Amino acid sequence: MPEDGQKLISHTSGGFLSRSRTIAPPTWSRWLVPPAALSVHLSIGQAYSWSVFKPPLEKALDLSGTQSALPFQLGIVMLGLSAAFGGPLVERNGPRWAMFVSMVCFASGFLISALGVATSQYWLVVLGYGFVGGIGLGIGYISPVSTLMKWFPDRPGMATGIAIMGFGGGALIASPWSTQMLGSFGTGTGGIAETFLVHGLVYAVFMSLGVLLVRVPADGWLPKGFNPAKSAAKALVTTANVSARNAIRTPQFWFLWVVLCFNVTAGIGILEKAAPMIQDFFANTATPISVSAAAGFVALLSLANMTGRIVWSSTSDLIGRKNMYRVYLGVGAVLYLIISLWGDSHTVVFILCALGVLSFYGGGFATVPAYLKDLFGTFQVGAIHGRLLTAWSVAGVLGPLIVNAIADSQKAAGKTGPDLYTTSLYIMIGLLVIGFLSNEMIRPVKDKYHEPPLVTVDEPGTLATPQGGS
Amino acid sequence: MTEQTETASRTPLMILAWLWVGLPFAYGVYELLLKLSQLFSG
Repeated sequence: MPEDGQKLISHTSGGFLSRSRTIAPPTWSRWLVPPAALSVHLSIGQAYSWSVFKPPLEKALDLSGTQSALPFQLGIVMLGLSAAFGGPLVERNGPRWAMFVSMVCFASGFLISALGVATSQYWLVVLGYGFVGGIGLGIGYISPVSTLMKWFPDRPGMATGIAIMGFGGGALIASPWSTQMLGSFGTGTGGIAETFLVHGLVYAVFMSLGVLLVRVPADGWLPKGFNPAKSAAKALVTTANVSARNAIRTPQFWFLWVVLCFNVTAGIGILEKAAPMIQDFFANTATPISVSAAAGFVALLSLANMTGRIVWSSTSDLIGRKNMYRVYLGVGAVLYLIISLWGDSHTVVFILCALGVLSFYGGGFATVPAYLKDLFGTFQVGAIHGRLLTAWSVAGVLGPLIVNAIADSQKAAGKTGPDLYTTSLYIMIGLLVIGFLSNEMIRPVKDKYHEPPLVTVDEPGTLATPQGGS
Repeated sequence: MTEQTETASRTPLMILAWLWVGLPFAYGVYELLLKLSQLFSG
């Protein structure tokens, strides 16, 4: 029997999807795990290219712009809800189960949508892509997080940076691919239904690599040359574990929630209005920006967003998570200030500052799982990450709301050019400063929130090593 | 089979897995770069 105060974790055998069937043999390479994670994240990242389907759906089914946005909006809501509430299930059942559920939901979402378009029942598209597919988004987003950090305890920022970069990359693949497919099949109900059908089937096959390939390290496994004691000696890095239930009772969780929410709000503020913003900034200058150049600027921002995810997240392994967020929030605020004061002086100034802000936006997303691991350990980090993603949902509403509402009111007041955005830029600076201060408030989690030491049991009555686990 | 041989036997799987995700990703980046060129030509 385990000693008093120790927690019992049973590794009973189960079906193909169970955690016990995914324990890696000693010769398994950890570099096989990032492609498994990427196969899921590159797929579910498709969500951000939903706008490709909007005009054809509006025309074929006689929908308004608001109606055609519903599947995406419900999908994002379901992403937040399923990541927040499905996290404990993901932790309990393991990454293969989570990736399988994500694959079934995401692919089924497209298949149900195909049926909906073919029969002109738009509610089926909302239900399929938005509700069912949205569950696939949330479960898929958090599915590889804790597994990657167990395989890469020496470089958790880089590992989750790869996966979360994949989410950004998903839209880059899907956008031209879906456009080409609609071009081939047509934009009538038949063509859209066929496009959805092919998407569902192809994504099911593509994501199955993750289901088949994902492995969890055996208890006590550590990469060669890695010394956990040395890593834990860094500020804020813990070797203890905190449950998801306890994590949300700590001030650290909520400080980090504010950090993520305001960092994302600031990034979305530019991303949402990037094309009109750059055109408005230089409308009254000698170098006006054309529509196609503005589209190129949006593409450049996407590249910065994606690159920031891997580059800054990997950098956080070297300089520490708290310092990395000081850069995102502190330097981000300075870049916003430069845009508001001298953004219209030269296109290079505007573009470079916007690139910095967007790279910090992506970096903020990708670094947060490793920050959570530092503070709360790997025990239920996926579930804690899921709950933290509610900050993303709030920021997704807050960022566009601030920028659009202020730009509209300024326009109504007869203002033009950079004046349309000055107030929003100052609000973003304020939010980044609050985020910066919130980051400064983060201290190590108190011992009272820590879980008792883990004890793994392979057979009844047998105690095993306390490392790894969960 | 030694540990080294078993690790080496994973090499084809490693290549396949990275190509599986790498090729679509490269396609996405290529399409992005095509769009990006508009910034400098437009």
